[in-house]
Amino acid sequence: MSKSPEEEHPRKAFGWAARDSSGVLSPFKFSRRATGDEDVTFKVLYCGICHSDLHCIKNEWGISTYPLLPGHEIVGVVTEVGSKVKKYKVGDKVGVGCLVGACHSCDNCTNDLENYCPKSIQTYNSINIDGTKTYGGYSDLMVANERYIVRMPENMPLEGGAPLLCAGITVYSPMKYYGLCSPGMHLGVVGLGGLGHVAVKFGKALGMKITVISTSIGKKQEALERLGADAFLVSRDQQQMQAATGTMDGIIDTVSAEHPLLPLMVLLKSNGKLVMVGAPERPLQLPVFPLLMGRKLVAGSCIGGMKETQEMIDFAAKHNITADIELIPVDYLNTAMERLVKADVKYRFVLDVGKTMTPA
Amino acid sequence: MAKSAEEEHPQKAVGWAARDPSGVLSPFKFSRRDNGDNDVTIKILYCGIGHTDLHNLKNEWGTSLYPMVPGYEIAGVVTEVGRNVTKFRVGDKVGVGCMIGSCRSCDNCAQDLENYCHKGILTYNSAYYDGSITFGGFSDKVVVDHNYVLRFPDNLPLDAAAPLLCAGITVYSPMKYFGFNEPGKHLGVVGLGGLGHMAVKFGKAFGLKVTVISTSASKEKDALERLGADSFLISHDPDQMQAAMGTLDGIIDTVSAVHPLQPLINLLKTNGKLIMVGAPDKPLELPIFPLLMGRKLVAGSGIGGLKETQEMVDFAGKQNITADIEVIPMDYVNTAMERLAKGDVKYRFVIDVANTLTC
Repeated sequence: MSKSPEEEHPRKAFGWAARDSSGVLSPFKFSRRATGDEDVTFKVLYCGICHSDLHCIKNEWGISTYPLLPGHEIVGVVTEVGSKVKKYKVGDKVGVGCLVGACHSCDNCTNDLENYCPKSIQTYNSINIDGTKTYGGYSDLMVANERYIVRMPENMPLEGGAPLLCAGITVYSPMKYYGLCSPGMHLGVVGLGGLGHVAVKFGKALGMKITVISTSIGKKQEALERLGADAFLVSRDQQQMQAATGTMDGIIDTVSAEHPLLPLMVLLKSNGKLVMVGAPERPLQLPVFPLLMGRKLVAGSCIGGMKETQEMIDFAAKHNITADIELIPVDYLNTAMERLVKADVKYRFVLDVGKTMTPA
Repeated sequence: MAKSAEEEHPQKAVGWAARDPSGVLSPFKFSRRDNGDNDVTIKILYCGIGHTDLHNLKNEWGTSLYPMVPGYEIAGVVTEVGRNVTKFRVGDKVGVGCMIGSCRSCDNCAQDLENYCHKGILTYNSAYYDGSITFGGFSDKVVVDHNYVLRFPDNLPLDAAAPLLCAGITVYSPMKYFGFNEPGKHLGVVGLGGLGHMAVKFGKAFGLKVTVISTSASKEKDALERLGADSFLISHDPDQMQAAMGTLDGIIDTVSAVHPLQPLINLLKTNGKLIMVGAPDKPLELPIFPLLMGRKLVAGSGIGGLKETQEMVDFAGKQNITADIEVIPMDYVNTAMERLAKGDVKYRFVIDVANTLTC
């Protein structure tokens, strides 16, 4: 008979979890493994709330198992390290993103692409090597293998740095891989949410011209004045979109709702690249002619490997980039999720775990 | 009042044209411009037939103008050159592909990518600089600006080399651009027709492992034994497709009928690339998850620039690569179109224009 979440590991832990696909989160007692030789244990101080968390708690991808404890933008302070851990010590500021394990022997893992390993283990809603479920960062304590720990730089405020561990790497990785990172290039960013606003910041730091493409005219002023975007297109405004035809080297599309691709493809120059980082659950319509007529492409990208994640964090620290956040207490969680459905946040909720996550 | 096709230019010409979207071709008298200072006049010996000709004849893309003289895999001999022309001489074996003009000033043209110029002029069914509609290679002669003429190496038979000018460049260009010309990589080729069989030949010449993906089991023997493909997958055989999942670095998809992309995306390794060179007239369904999960991409490519087309022809000359063709007389062309619609040709029809075109 399998043990309960509270009993399966030696260390008590506490978090908030969803029990079913209503997605309503509530207090949850569970347990974490003892610190293994290669493990780092840390007290969680903050955890970012990602749209993926929302998709998962409501089982929108059909792969959720309950109880489901989300959170994969986790930051805190090291409390214990295993005997073989070299890179971290007690007191270090660290983080964990979307991954806590992989096979370490396939081509992907060998190329520092643990995120594309077919046997990768996600920070939550996955099965760990020992057969137990993984529970994420809406919790007080985290234990992870050293390979999946990211060092948070001293000068980076932890609460603003947390969302970089998913939102940040999710846009940084394709911007590098698809070569959308050189000064003078023109990058479009579709959707101005958690991912989109970080893409704007990274893009400006890389010296690019950035155009935000959004359905919400309400976001325009902020985009231009505070985030530093160079232009803002309202996607439903045909004239604006028409005027921008063939002007962009690439587009990072962060939107996970279904939406038409053709108007975005038209914005690309020849050889332009439309990179999807949001994950609509149903297929989208792909008109093929526009691809042929301009040697354009539609690509996907999913987070990044651990090496690149550290590189991204260091890059962000160098350029003083953090996410724009709304810090919330844990009992606001369900309300935050409702607001996230309506994209009513500028631009990432972050759970103040350290101060407000206490067992009942 | 607009002049008739016969009168608009000074040189008499004959060809076969379709008058309406039935696509039925019949003899047609028209005219060509005089050979200008930058022009080359070519006596057409052979012209390949591409699926695009079929799409255009039947107005499947809604852009057809009639009367239409198709044909852009033209091979022949130079009969006259303008005084600014230094690259070609009377008697040279030359060809013309899909394009005969472009703006020559945009970024694309400046990078030898005339094929992506927004003002590109196609060999037929386009408006030329002088406003007249262009007529293609199902005809006895053509007058072309020297920048759009290709030289054929002496060692290539003209009839079998003609299809290089569209089918050849259409697969060669993306194979180079997307890196599928490096030995050891594994390339899938969807559809074993005019384009597909050229992709197999170029692929083997590049040192790739090549897998053909097709709906026709009957093509397997030829693919493996004669064309040199390494393996063959029947696309509607779920077991075969499953076994090949995650094995391909890239896929050149030559099929212009609507077909599902997911099974092809599944065949790709991480970072794999699905390159569309066929043009379905309706949008295809694109599942996004598989792209994210493997950092995969779907791209398009359309022919190639003139510089690259010449490079491809020269490469084919060195490697002795030509198309596998069925040479037909001009008056067989309507039957050929019907067979082409069913994919019933190994693998390209080529019209023996000089010997069989009579009006």
